[in-house]
Amino acid sequence: MSLSHHHLNTNILPTLSATIPTPFPLVFSAPIVSFLSFIFSSPLSLPSSPPIFSPFPSSLPTRKKMATAFSPSKFAAQPFPLNTTSQNNPLTIPTTASPFLGSTRKLIRLSSSSNLNIRRRSGTVVAVSDVVKENKSKSTLNLLITKEEGLELYEDMVLGRAFEDMCAQMYYRGKMFGFVHLYNGQEAISTGFIKLLKQQDSVVSTYRDHVHALSKGVSARAVMSELFGKTTGCCRGQGGSMHMFSREHNVLGGFAFIGEGIPVATGAAFTSKYKREVLKEADCDHVTLAFFGDGTCNNGQFFECLNMAALWKLPIVFVVENNLWAIGMSHLRATSDPQIYKKGPAFGMPGVHVDGMDVLKVREVAKEAIGRARRGEGPTLVECETYRFRGHSLADPDELRDPAEKAHYAARDPITALKKYLIENSLASEADLKAIDKKIDEVVEEAVEFADESPVPPQSQLLENVFADPKGFGIGPDGQYRCEDPKFTEGTAQV
Amino acid sequence: MLAIARQRMLGQSFKKILPAVSVLRSYSSAAKQITVREALNSALDEEMSADPKVFLMGEEVGEYQGAYKITKGLLEKYGPERVLDTPITEAGFTGIGVGAAYYGLKPVVEFMTFNFSMQAIDHIINSAAKSNYMSAGQISVPIVFRGPNGAAAGVGAQHSQCYAAWYASCPGLKVLSPYNSEDARGLLKAAIRDPDPVVFLENELLYGESFPVSDEVLDSSFCLPIGKAKIEREGKDVTITAFSKMAAEMLEKDGIYAEVINLRSIRPLDRSTINASVRKTNRLITVEEGFPQHGVGAEICASVVEESFSYLDAPVERIAGADVPMPYAANLERMAVPQVEDIVRAAKRACYRSVPLAATA
Repeated sequence: MSLSHHHLNTNILPTLSATIPTPFPLVFSAPIVSFLSFIFSSPLSLPSSPPIFSPFPSSLPTRKKMATAFSPSKFAAQPFPLNTTSQNNPLTIPTTASPFLGSTRKLIRLSSSSNLNIRRRSGTVVAVSDVVKENKSKSTLNLLITKEEGLELYEDMVLGRAFEDMCAQMYYRGKMFGFVHLYNGQEAISTGFIKLLKQQDSVVSTYRDHVHALSKGVSARAVMSELFGKTTGCCRGQGGSMHMFSREHNVLGGFAFIGEGIPVATGAAFTSKYKREVLKEADCDHVTLAFFGDGTCNNGQFFECLNMAALWKLPIVFVVENNLWAIGMSHLRATSDPQIYKKGPAFGMPGVHVDGMDVLKVREVAKEAIGRARRGEGPTLVECETYRFRGHSLADPDELRDPAEKAHYAARDPITALKKYLIENSLASEADLKAIDKKIDEVVEEAVEFADESPVPPQSQLLENVFADPKGFGIGPDGQYRCEDPKFTEGTAQV
Repeated sequence: MLAIARQRMLGQSFKKILPAVSVLRSYSSAAKQITVREALNSALDEEMSADPKVFLMGEEVGEYQGAYKITKGLLEKYGPERVLDTPITEAGFTGIGVGAAYYGLKPVVEFMTFNFSMQAIDHIINSAAKSNYMSAGQISVPIVFRGPNGAAAGVGAQHSQCYAAWYASCPGLKVLSPYNSEDARGLLKAAIRDPDPVVFLENELLYGESFPVSDEVLDSSFCLPIGKAKIEREGKDVTITAFSKMAAEMLEKDGIYAEVINLRSIRPLDRSTINASVRKTNRLITVEEGFPQHGVGAEICASVVEESFSYLDAPVERIAGADVPMPYAANLERMAVPQVEDIVRAAKRACYRSVPLAATA
């Protein structure tokens, strides 16, 4: 498990060939790795001119990203500061700006991450505009997805959206209860990442986990029944909205406490490595994805796991779904340095920032990150900027968010964007997509019917599944194991 | 509480122990002596060699040979992939252990003391104990959390709490607390083989104590059942339940023959053995080191009152630690932990040999 420094320096991303110049010290330090903090742009939403980095207008946040160094030859060559062509103003968060309240953000987002090493940063920036032009010309010839993939992505996102909308309806009709957290608006992340996984790869999520479970393959009926609290649910009604588990599809929950899933995901990744190295299952290359939000990135467990995952080079991808709000707490009010992806290099792993409203961009980043993990190169931290269209949960009045902000993001709806892409690039027709919409509507309706008709758990189910070994309830007064008493699960809850 | 001097026990006429159900164990007087530390070490060693899925994780378990030398020699034998020195991140590595257990590995997570488990208690309870239930049996967590629990000598308030009551109140966990070497070996092996999360509460002061063990105990497939208490000594006047450390012999001098039950398993509690014993002796004293309110003794008392009320001839006496954070000064510390004299006094009260004290706090 020791780190190979050499390996690290030259081979972090396979797309970067070994052109890291020797002037850089060969130490396992942030500057080297900060090379890898880069920002994505894919041809999906190219502005008409090459993206120039400019300060944002103060009212609405917009983000323009610079294309990144996918082509290695352009990436690493220049260690010396080049001032003339550098177009970005490496502004930090303006300290003179008024305190951030609610969603009015005056934050200027940097394309390249840190201010630490302007030298290297400039090296990247210079190459970028050339790369952008190159990418732009390539893009018309080289689409990112095939028709099948496109339809699969579309269908998955529409399923997520339709399902969540149905959840809201059912909740207000009283069929669902408790805490329900909906994922509207964030579908690109779930689809973009999870559709690249194999069945044996695992997904660990938070309480906003319906769509992660659906993307991973849990059937809509099972999830809906679980939400209704019926015994046919994926956890027999014992888990609920926030605790979706599926052994078959390797969905490991569903955790209510933020940050709780991250160490568990790290453990699942550890298992993959252990199986390969100790148990000698040579081809075990299972990857784990941990999904969590911006608020979690201030939690101690997050940092503990970044450290250990990088230390032991675990096959995990930490996916931050930065939707800018933790219930009513703006990310900017809660975080000293809101750029979460910068926290990756601090621990020795690449930190990537991507537009989470664009499923194709997310998919590109995901391919790279998952590929890295599968090859055994270690973890990656991916920050996806996204937005939740609804409140934190169905009980949240959602009063603190600026309607202009919501409108801005509604205009960037990932499903609409993908639809546009598919149609513009002639990958699918309106009719195809409408057919998918209809199909999904039927699936969701059927799921609701199934859930409605399913029975509630019987009383005898109350005491089941507490232990894997049911003798864990101990010995009864008659000297037999309590669980072997046929009357065990009837009667009162006292054991 | 003083540990029993085993040699003296052997010197007296030591009867064959007859527990309520099954397992017969007889001690030969020429038995081998091993310390609790050796017992734990050998149990870990054997379980790790028998099953490659077992691995250790904790602070200082590897190169330091274990903070209390329990894992001595295991790093050399099994390598750094199976004996993991972790950074000081209880929440993180406990969660990692739970995540690994979700996939069928068998981690043994060591806490340097169980006080530090409070930083990880979210994962012990929410991710480990509740997972089998929340996932309706799909995900079981065969993990063991072990480490020293309770008061040591002069370590102050933040290092001396007993967590038996806290963990034992949580469904989905099994909580074990061994006393002697035989308990330590048998229960740790059982815990590692168990498919559920087990909290294994050891005691630092007992690590160095030697106890005699029979050849059966030293066998590598030796295992004690979880959920069975052991009647360490039979008696007829009063039942004393205790775990981890006990004292009973002084009572014999005063003509009180106490039946001493070594609980071994706090959850599930062996209510049937306790109640059977109370029905025989009609009096009960529960002894524990932890805080009195909502403690293990409270649960035993409630259980006995519910099931054997008409057999009780005297109120149940609870002996627990003082209701204060553990003080540092040696004399105060001695007063804060139950001593033999307290137990003797309580026994006499229970047997109406002396005047009951006014209710203490």
